[in-house]
Amino acid sequence: MFSAKSLVKSFDAFRALGPLSFSFGTEHVLGVVGPSGCGKSTLLRLIAGLEAITWGTMELDGDPVTGARSDIAVVFQEPRLLPWASVRDNVGLGLWHLPRAQRQEAVDAALRRVNLFDFADALPKQLSGGMAQRVGIARALVAKPRLLLLDEPFAALDPLTRVKMQDHLLDIVGDEVPNVLLITHDIEEALVLSDRIIVLDGPPARIVRDIAIDLPKPRHRTGAPFQAHKAEILETLFGAADLAA
Amino acid sequence: MSDQAIAIDKRSGQFNGALLERLRRLGIALILPASIIAAWHLTAVSGRVPAYLLPQPLEVLNWLVRLVSTGELQRHLSTSIARAGIGFALGVSAATVLGVLTGYLLGWRRVVDPTIHALRTIPGLAWSPMFILWFGIGESSKYALIALVTFFPVYLNTMAGVAGVDRKLIEVGRVNRLSGLRMMTRILLPASLPSYFVGLRQSMGIAWIVLVAAELMGASSGIGFLLLDGQMTGRPALVMACMIIFALCGKITDIAISTIARHVLAWQDTLHTGE
Repeated sequence: MFSAKSLVKSFDAFRALGPLSFSFGTEHVLGVVGPSGCGKSTLLRLIAGLEAITWGTMELDGDPVTGARSDIAVVFQEPRLLPWASVRDNVGLGLWHLPRAQRQEAVDAALRRVNLFDFADALPKQLSGGMAQRVGIARALVAKPRLLLLDEPFAALDPLTRVKMQDHLLDIVGDEVPNVLLITHDIEEALVLSDRIIVLDGPPARIVRDIAIDLPKPRHRTGAPFQAHKAEILETLFGAADLAA
Repeated sequence: MSDQAIAIDKRSGQFNGALLERLRRLGIALILPASIIAAWHLTAVSGRVPAYLLPQPLEVLNWLVRLVSTGELQRHLSTSIARAGIGFALGVSAATVLGVLTGYLLGWRRVVDPTIHALRTIPGLAWSPMFILWFGIGESSKYALIALVTFFPVYLNTMAGVAGVDRKLIEVGRVNRLSGLRMMTRILLPASLPSYFVGLRQSMGIAWIVLVAAELMGASSGIGFLLLDGQMTGRPALVMACMIIFALCGKITDIAISTIARHVLAWQDTLHTGE
């Protein structure tokens, strides 16, 4: 269960976010959509501990979130692999506190999960974009986080790879990660993956819509209920009049 | 033939191809120096230029052979290498530590960096009278001079390298809770290695240049001294032999550093890595 209360982030005089309150926990995947520049990435960076909160509090399962923690993992828009380190060392980066054997075991398991075990000794430059992003996902999953943050994880991929990754993400992540927060500007992506979607507008970022998505998974992008939800979100963002014109 | 055997065969084929390609490139690179030596030889033997102005290439070669066979070259060269090596090691060590600190710590940079830049504008050789005064005419003043001039390129490149590490990679370190020394060894240092090696190569080049100057100004051994000896005793062939030795030293150390760099930086995803 993650909750944020009266969250505010300002950069000097510019308020990027908030006050913003929400909580989620019963839903597996919470999608956060909104136009670019609305402050949704700021939200993710606050939860990840990459930016200091100006005001407000966050809690994960009752523990206050005040900085980077091992049970909150991030997948960035770009793979962000360390180019000098092998795939194995990249995935094991956050497990420095574990003894070698345990680390190896966890890394191997994570690599099998993203189907890249055979590339454990490869360097990032030898990987395709989709493979590199899977290494990024393995690096986030390796410590079995309680909350997984995805920051437009497939935006840098080509359209075909993107659809494939969207379809496989939930298989890869599985139920081991109780909560996933997906930031995206791709409404279809949010609809394919999320159990609930909050629509942000801003800056400063604020919640303008909170929608439960009760469609069975895997979801068909072309189905009528799917398209109805898509229209609902688009109307929220742009207004019905603009869409008609 | 099994798949594996085919793969190995293919690889050795590529290896032969690569070797041929390297030989071909070496041949191309040798065309110009070979032509220059040939022209030099023809001019010198024609008698149109007196021998005290332009010694024959063979005479220079003769000098090199003589220096080696009497052991003189080994003696002078080892002195010069020790000077360059010790000075380089001192300068590079100090520059590495300071460069990493100033690159990483903004407050430290504001205190130290302007002063270092101001000192950098003093030509290295201008320090030499003071160094001789402080450290004597012996080896110490030469180590100090070479340490000083090798310091700046490594310092500047290390600092720029560390300060310029991609913020996105540092964030990866932060979400994985790397801090202090671990952030340094896992992310900052490897990321700044390419620019560190640029600094090393520049410093090594400067080390040889300043070594000659230091040995010309006051030494009783070393290749620079041998060169000066050639000038004083009117033996231009000896001077040219010393010049060739310096060229070889510079080239060999440069190849050594760039070879190490190519292996250490093999992870780089760039066009023509190491060329």
